[in-house]
Amino acid sequence: MKAPLEHGNKAVSLRTEGESAGTSEGRNSFIFSFNDRDVAALEGDTIGSALWASECKELRRSPRAGGPRGMFCVMGVCQECVVRVNGRLCTACNTPARPGMEVRTFVLDGQKDLK
Amino acid sequence: MTELFDLTILGAGPAGAEAAIEASNWGLRVAVLDEASAAGGQVYRAPQFEPRTGPVDPHHAEGNALRERLERSGATFLRSHRVWDISMSGQRETPQYTVSTMGPSGLTEIQSRALLVATGVTERFYARPGWTLPGVIGLGAATAMLKSAQVLPGRNVVVAGVGPLLSLVAHLIIQGGGKVAAVVDVSPLSEWLGHVPAMMSRPDLLARGAKWQLELAAHRVPVYRGYDISRIIGTTEVAAVELGKLKKDGTVVDRFQIEADAVCMSYGLTPATEVFRLLGADQVFNEECGGWVPVLDDCQRTTVPALYAAGDGAGLLGAAAAPLTGALASLAVAFDLERISPADFARSKTGLDAKLRRAAKFGRAMAKMARPRPALMAAIPDSTVVCRCEDITAGELKQTIQAGAKNINALKFATRCGMGPCGGRVCGEAAAAMLECHGIKRSEIQQFTARPPLRPILLADVTRDFEYSDIPLPEPAPA
Repeated sequence: MKAPLEHGNKAVSLRTEGESAGTSEGRNSFIFSFNDRDVAALEGDTIGSALWASECKELRRSPRAGGPRGMFCVMGVCQECVVRVNGRLCTACNTPARPGMEVRTFVLDGQKDLK
Repeated sequence: MTELFDLTILGAGPAGAEAAIEASNWGLRVAVLDEASAAGGQVYRAPQFEPRTGPVDPHHAEGNALRERLERSGATFLRSHRVWDISMSGQRETPQYTVSTMGPSGLTEIQSRALLVATGVTERFYARPGWTLPGVIGLGAATAMLKSAQVLPGRNVVVAGVGPLLSLVAHLIIQGGGKVAAVVDVSPLSEWLGHVPAMMSRPDLLARGAKWQLELAAHRVPVYRGYDISRIIGTTEVAAVELGKLKKDGTVVDRFQIEADAVCMSYGLTPATEVFRLLGADQVFNEECGGWVPVLDDCQRTTVPALYAAGDGAGLLGAAAAPLTGALASLAVAFDLERISPADFARSKTGLDAKLRRAAKFGRAMAKMARPRPALMAAIPDSTVVCRCEDITAGELKQTIQAGAKNINALKFATRCGMGPCGGRVCGEAAAAMLECHGIKRSEIQQFTARPPLRPILLADVTRDFEYSDIPLPEPAPA
């Protein structure tokens, strides 16, 4: 997995042009963690949008085949982006990111953790 | 919430929000719920942060206007509320609806005398090898990301599938500073041209579409019409996409590969019918309206007392028609609850009907584009995952169909397809298409049975803090 990513550097962010060009004035940035790794987020981000912007798209493994999965419908329907936030299950695509949140991969019993 | 509302509206998109505004104007006490944190639905989806700085969203100003009107209407807007159950009580003809939701402050129940379903559509996904890879998202997902989060799907994106969403997504990516690797449109140019006469009813939208095509040309984006994706290649993320010419039987020939790091794809839209299924409203399969739709009278009434439907979820007609069907439904509710006179009702209805006829012309052409295309599942390789939640493959489904599964619930019981946390909303159309490819009609294939919870909820939220000593034990019977 890649090193922690800083917002504002166009080369390592999937923010749209207006955002990554540094015109996002008034949008405070903060840090939360995903599997113990720092993720840079902007005010208004969901957990999913902050992770995606940092190019962290793989969030979990599928239950039977163990295939990599990430956000898919981005409207709370498909449940592909389920993660644990401070221990509680929620969909990354529509859960607001908060400073210091501890987000972890949702691992089923008997499944290997994402590394 | 012990308050009894006149009307509860599910969904605050263009239909639901307009219905809430109208119903409030008629003096009704209205609660309107949405899963999202702001009203607007998918078309008028609000940015996560204002002022937005991302790509110019052609629907942004209209969305803000709608949100302001809803705010001023006096309707109670319950944002970030996920509906997980609905029940009816009381008299059959004058029921009371109880909507159970999971909101920011926990579980709530909302009671009302009438219920309007304006839950919109779900995207139709046809499975393709590699479509489960991170980096593959729906076209609707892409609009959400670009409009709301202002994040690009990738650096070099293939936009694939069918309908007007293709050009919108490509446009938003370009405006956001991303690169579109290719647009892969299942519809050949002749299909688009066939709809031009109907699209002439909205010259503004037709012109906008043409402008977006020019933009693609200016950015040298290859547009493949009458083509389809045959495979998405990668190990933990998207590396390349294989595509080719689409034949009538669903096979893809003359294949070649292009590099890409993300794919946005879906194959049309279909009304979200889970509430109609749950409450037992009659439905009919109508390809021209996007699939299964509730049976409605001329005022958006379903076959269940005090249950109404509006917007694309009541049959695809597009965002221009949605507020009109929403207003019509509210009019019917106001009339049925005896808040307006038959004369007022008739006068308002005539006006709305005329506007609706005009708006529907464009909407119907777009709905035809969004129709099911079961042949697109005919040539799918056996190893392809169809049900993403349970990792059920096309081969497993094919085997079960050949062994005698004749409808979608039989397929579900035998394979677990559609039994996972998405409730069959992602795989349902693909699974139905596979049955259809085996010669079974959609009316016989039916739909997944809808059961609560309609959306996943945590058991802990239902039980809350709980000790065994909290259970009231009845007095033992005298010996």
